[in-house]
Amino acid sequence: MNALAPPATPDEAMSSTTMPMRRAPSIADRVRPHVQHGLAVTLPPLLVVIALAAVWEWAAGGPDATLPPPSRVWADAKELILHPFYDRGGLDKGLGLHLLASLQRVAVGFTLSAVVGVLLGMLVGTSRFAMRALDPLFQVLRTIPPLAWLPLSLAAFREAQPSAIFVIFITAVWPIIINTAVGVRNVPADYRNVARVIRLSRFDWFLRIVTPAAAPYIFTGLRIGVGLSWLAIIAAEMLIGGVGIGFFVWDAWNSSNLSDIIVALTYIGIVGFMLDRMMALIGRAVTRGTSEQ
Amino acid sequence: MERTFLDISRVVVRFAPGAPPVLNGVDLKVKQGEYIAVIGHSGCGKSTLLNVVAGLLPATLGGVVLEGSEVTEPGPDRAVVFQNHSLLPWLTVYENVRLAVDRTAGRTMSRAERDAWTLENLALVRMTDHARKRPNEISGGMKQRVGIARALAMRPKVLLLDEPFGALDALTRAHLQDQVMAIHARLGTTVMMITHDVDEAVLLSDRIVMMTNGPNATIGEILEVGLPRPRDRLALASDPRFLSAREAVLRFLHERHALPAVA
Ligand SMILES: Nc1ncnc2c1ncn2[C@@H]1O[C@H](COP(=O)(O)OP(=O)(O)OP(=O)(O)O)[C@@H](O)[C@H]1O
Ligand SMILES: [Mg+2]
Repeated sequence: MNALAPPATPDEAMSSTTMPMRRAPSIADRVRPHVQHGLAVTLPPLLVVIALAAVWEWAAGGPDATLPPPSRVWADAKELILHPFYDRGGLDKGLGLHLLASLQRVAVGFTLSAVVGVLLGMLVGTSRFAMRALDPLFQVLRTIPPLAWLPLSLAAFREAQPSAIFVIFITAVWPIIINTAVGVRNVPADYRNVARVIRLSRFDWFLRIVTPAAAPYIFTGLRIGVGLSWLAIIAAEMLIGGVGIGFFVWDAWNSSNLSDIIVALTYIGIVGFMLDRMMALIGRAVTRGTSEQ
Repeated sequence: MERTFLDISRVVVRFAPGAPPVLNGVDLKVKQGEYIAVIGHSGCGKSTLLNVVAGLLPATLGGVVLEGSEVTEPGPDRAVVFQNHSLLPWLTVYENVRLAVDRTAGRTMSRAERDAWTLENLALVRMTDHARKRPNEISGGMKQRVGIARALAMRPKVLLLDEPFGALDALTRAHLQDQVMAIHARLGTTVMMITHDVDEAVLLSDRIVMMTNGPNATIGEILEVGLPRPRDRLALASDPRFLSAREAVLRFLHERHALPAVA
């Protein structure tokens, strides 16, 4: 605006006197909305957790309560909470190390199931014959609970580690196969026609059209699969022993260490949540722009 | 009379063995560089006919011959612009066109030439500025333009357009029609375009093929438009030749071949 010109309208004159001085937004101004949003998102669940802990403290506070209240858990398991990575040899390890052992099994088993699941899913989704032949089998096998595989797996592998990995694999593979197959079958006919008009090779068809088109479905399958893996490994470890968070829980139960169990359950929940979120994030990053809207 | 370029002869398409054929005996000879519009009521089999020419759908009887060789499968010499653009959403505008270029000119052009050819076709539909965007970041009219660029980039002998402007507002539609007219004038591509819009058919085409209602649909009448090119939509709006052509198509659609039920 021209500083020399007199105020053109009374309105403008008014505003120049009553409005506070204009300045560039400071850092505080720019950060404030983010902080406000962050608080709005984290505060409600935090309050709920505090309220639940209070109720729990009150409910488990009596002399004949069967479970320890939060204050007891903290007193009993302080070392476990504050030092997740201590290692006194043998089975006396920090929770972090147990979690890492479990996560390692999940990583191997889940990677296997992801590779096999996506490949089999593509086959079943593409070939009518493969679908007719394999789908009934899959539908039956996928209903078998993870732990039911464990005895057979132990008999076949004769060792805890590969047996646990196999249980993860066989648990996670079905949703991956089924979702991939659905994704492949749902590749829009238009894309198929485009590929036919430009005479895309079969290889390119899979790589450049089918895979990206089915990616959202594949990631849904992977996300379900990683959740199931985590469920399966905890259960399997309770039975096979050795090292791992599932075994830790079982061991704590045998030594009547309820506080340790509660801490371990909290960790299991948090890690499961993070695995799920991680898969969702990867999925969103990879399929960005894939979906129409 | 010029030599026939595209010969559609006695095409019959029957989807189910017992059912009456959707198309029954469609016969059409198209000259090189000609712009054909196909018009008819919804569901009469226009897309079906286009798919047969594209090679995406085999004819039950009869067949299509393009420049002396029979159409047996789809190919880039009969590029299709689909009814709903069908760009690949995970590729950018540039990559969508480039994929077609790579597949159809991979052996004859160097990498740099293919890049230049992709950009040239995007420039033809004025999409150069949006080359790096993904389909969900551009408007419906822009998507159709990219679809046209992708089709043209294949250097087709025949360009097949299935209601290319069907889902667009009137202004965008008019704008794209002018662009397609300009491209046709410049490249001389043979075009077969399906449309529901009578004005569009008269404005753009050399001949208007009017289809009877299905099943057993066939060509009811063919109108020679005969308006001189280049055509200008404003000047034509009151041109008696334009108006009489328009009236002839309307009469065909709404008097002699009106849909029996509410249409
Ligand atoms: N794959 C198919 N299987 C069975 N019937 C089909 C198939 N494709 C189309 N039809 C039928 O053939 C007829 C013609 O369909 P087509 O899509 O060619 O119509 P259209 O003239 O393009 O209609 P619109 O103007 O609405 O796009 C319709 O009655 C439709 O139901
Ligand atoms: Mg159609």
